[in-house]
Amino acid sequence: MSYKLIKRLFSSSPYKKCPQVCIVGAGPAGFYAAMHLTKKLEAVNIDILEKLPVPFGLIRYGVAPDHPEVKNVINQFTKVAQQANVNFYGNITLGKDVHLEQLRQNYDAVLLTYGAEEDKLLGIENEDASNVFAARNFVGWYNGLPADKDLKIDLSCNTAAILGQGNVALDVARILLTPIDELTKTDITEHSLSVLSESKLKEIYLVGRRGPLQVAFTIKELREQLKLKNCRTIWNEKDFQDVEKIVPSLPRPRKRLTELMLKSVNEKQTIVDDPNIKYFKPKFFRSPNKFLVDDKKQLAGIELTCNILVGDNLESQKCVPTDEKEILNCDLAFRSIGYKSVKADKDLTLKQGCIPNDKGVVEDASSDLAKLYVAGWLGTGPVGVILHTMGNAFQVAKVMCEDLGKLSNTQTKAGFEEVKKTIAQNNGNVIDWTGWERIDTYEVENGKKIGKPREKICDVEKMIEVAKA
Amino acid sequence: MLRNFVKNLSSKNLRCIIKNNGGITSFGNIRSIAPLSTTELALKDEKINITFVLYDGKRLQTEAKVGDTLLDVVVNNDLNIEGYGACEGTLTCSTCHVVLKDEDYKRLPEEPCDEERDMLDLAYGLTDTSRLGCQITLTKDMDGLEIKVPETINDARS
Repeated sequence: MSYKLIKRLFSSSPYKKCPQVCIVGAGPAGFYAAMHLTKKLEAVNIDILEKLPVPFGLIRYGVAPDHPEVKNVINQFTKVAQQANVNFYGNITLGKDVHLEQLRQNYDAVLLTYGAEEDKLLGIENEDASNVFAARNFVGWYNGLPADKDLKIDLSCNTAAILGQGNVALDVARILLTPIDELTKTDITEHSLSVLSESKLKEIYLVGRRGPLQVAFTIKELREQLKLKNCRTIWNEKDFQDVEKIVPSLPRPRKRLTELMLKSVNEKQTIVDDPNIKYFKPKFFRSPNKFLVDDKKQLAGIELTCNILVGDNLESQKCVPTDEKEILNCDLAFRSIGYKSVKADKDLTLKQGCIPNDKGVVEDASSDLAKLYVAGWLGTGPVGVILHTMGNAFQVAKVMCEDLGKLSNTQTKAGFEEVKKTIAQNNGNVIDWTGWERIDTYEVENGKKIGKPREKICDVEKMIEVAKA
Repeated sequence: MLRNFVKNLSSKNLRCIIKNNGGITSFGNIRSIAPLSTTELALKDEKINITFVLYDGKRLQTEAKVGDTLLDVVVNNDLNIEGYGACEGTLTCSTCHVVLKDEDYKRLPEEPCDEERDMLDLAYGLTDTSRLGCQITLTKDMDGLEIKVPETINDARS
């Protein structure tokens, strides 16, 4: 308190203006950045713009429904949003309802945190076959993302393959393998629950290009998978040749993860004659070469190329294809090989799926416009858990604080007052925080009726209707 | 109280399950609202002083209630540690990562369980004396405890 007073008294600019900050994307990166800015700046006004009528991004639409604890962070974000100088404006699409240039004209700083919403393609033959899905769309489907609610997925088959070995791949496997009674207690959407309850899937392969020492999933997710009720894990013991010898030399996280895999390998679980048991089968050193289809373009299998690893650094060894091929028979496949960001506005330049930046600052020649920043997956690429996004968002917000402190004493920017005039021409349904609170209450009440913590509204029109009621 | 009771008689695994339960390691003072015994009332008032030393050298000294976790202390005293305790003590994040002095680490009554270690593995600046603040319950003899809060930013990544 006294520090702030002294700072104000000795400040060279007694009439300090209130910087206007615009954040595009109400996911964890946006909220963590807002948290830092409101804590560190004496005066600031923050407007968070979001494409959907509802906040929280991947916390709401990415975190698996059986991980409700991870979503507790919503409470911290809600506190941020409830501050008088933070505003949420939902249902506004950058590049459509408002252009980046307009934002940069009317704010002192613009931070882009709209994430990575597109999935990467494998770029192989028959990738458009029916029953080949992006893991991302499947996640969106069970989590109620409006764009994915109508996904037509056929679970009447025996075998599925997930291509990729990250945490999203494990989420997909776990949701497909978890006994349905356990999912009914979560906030998983009703439409997916009814499809999952009819599932005939018996076995799921988790296919990776490289070996056990290079898997991208983290230990918590693996531990959960290995503990899953009515599910056995079948490894190929040969994949673990020599792994045991290397374990002592690994850094602690990789070491513990590998030890957990080895422990499971050594249990030597086998196929049993029990219709209630399902199987989880990790498969290493294989890259998909092409999808095999029947005459109706239904998926019938995947041709895999066998790989070998080269390089000295074990954790970053590269895989090299051999001439050897094998066929994996399956009727359903998910690609889970990462995401990329979209170019939301004509003025943006993306490189390798993200916006190039230096500690969050996006360099460009438009010196007459507000400085542009990027945080979260849009800037770093789609890697890491919430903690990593938090660290990155704080770091970028710190740079923003320094820059905003140096702002010259020009007139206060108009901010949303001005921007909303343009938005109103394109879209009359801006949803504010009160609107979200109505949606929230509605969803929780609807969930209560069927014994779930929440039943999400999966339709944008319906969200708007409830928010405006 | 309930937790202390369970702690005294149970195995390491059971302790993890209990601690994993948000209802018990919660922010609210459930224990003081519904005391289960009179000894709890006496215990409730026991206070000690502890200090959080932030990565930038800033020291946050605070009074803390015996029986609270380090996460409870941060929340109840509204200590300014950014992003601390995102999952609210449910062992699903590592934002409450703290580093203890060697001697303090060694005298903690319990070793971290697998689930806590799993989360620590994701933390930045992991050390041999790292713990999650939500898993450290304060006892009377911890008066004067100093806890380091490491930076949440991994410079290698950006």
